[in-house]
Amino acid sequence: MAVATNPQTGLPDNVMVSRLDALANWCRKNSLWPMPFATACCGIELMATGASRHDLARFGAEVFRFSPRQCDLMIVAGRVVMKMLPVLQRIWQQMPEPKWCISMGACASTGGVFDTYCVVQGIDRFIPVDMYVPGCPPRPEQLIQGIIDLQDKIQREGTLSGKEFALPQRQQRKRALVELPIIGQ
Amino acid sequence: MPAAPETVNAIKGRFAEAVESEFRGQTRVIAPRESLFDMLQFLRGTRGFDLLVDITCVDYLNYRDAIERFGLVYLLANVETSERITIRCFLDEPDLTVPSVTSLWAGADWMEREVWDMFGIHFEGHPDLRRILLPDEYTAFPLRKDYPLQGRGERHNFPVLRRDQS
Repeated sequence: MAVATNPQTGLPDNVMVSRLDALANWCRKNSLWPMPFATACCGIELMATGASRHDLARFGAEVFRFSPRQCDLMIVAGRVVMKMLPVLQRIWQQMPEPKWCISMGACASTGGVFDTYCVVQGIDRFIPVDMYVPGCPPRPEQLIQGIIDLQDKIQREGTLSGKEFALPQRQQRKRALVELPIIGQ
Repeated sequence: MPAAPETVNAIKGRFAEAVESEFRGQTRVIAPRESLFDMLQFLRGTRGFDLLVDITCVDYLNYRDAIERFGLVYLLANVETSERITIRCFLDEPDLTVPSVTSLWAGADWMEREVWDMFGIHFEGHPDLRRILLPDEYTAFPLRKDYPLQGRGERHNFPVLRRDQS
């Protein structure tokens, strides 16, 4: 049976035209492999998100890998202390491009209630973060929403060669390295 | 369960300078630094306090009526008789050295390392007195009261990774 020809493009009907960037983004956003950097109670919600009830596989992101070499999405779930931050940075550097980072929960994003000498006040001071998920801890629905929003972001601004990562606004730090005044000192 | 009267009397008979008190069913003995190790050895060997529950420390800086700065606390238990006793020892700067009790209870190893890590109390004779929780390059003792709650920049003294560097 012959395939009909599209009169507008002159191509057969089983041929679809797209940009190569859009095709690459479509592949990337639907096969995110998360690196679970779970250090606190947010990690429990992260496990629940991957488990059967919430089933992250519906969004193509269920393949949790415990080797950063096989991952392209780091989910930082929980507070990061100053002893752990060099580990976090090394794992981030070990992940191959293209890669993204989700800061899950209040502690990873801002330090949360732990305004003490050892807790890093937001991982975005030291590594680039693409998406923030608020909550203490966030429910799995919130994390799924964050992953869906990240997928939209990848589809919207991604390029095949990863040129979007070199944009000046991507190079800027999200937050200045300014310490809050020390209370009572 | 408080310590038995025989235990308290035995401590008083052997260490005349020990101060004993009881508060809400808990027996507390204040030991001078010179007889601290002997008293713990006596309780371990003769009175059967075979369980060292915890070693911890309190910084009494700016505390009302406090004379010495640090109060070292040993919580002991006798598993046979369910007796419990608290031994306290006050220390002041600059000499913050006490003998290690790792020879009496092997479990004191990590407890003494934690007290060293957080308060800077030096345990003489400890086999491996290193920091246990904080990184080795840390210079302060963060649970001392004169250490600021938000630290001295340890939590933000790191290189910043940008997109093009990683």
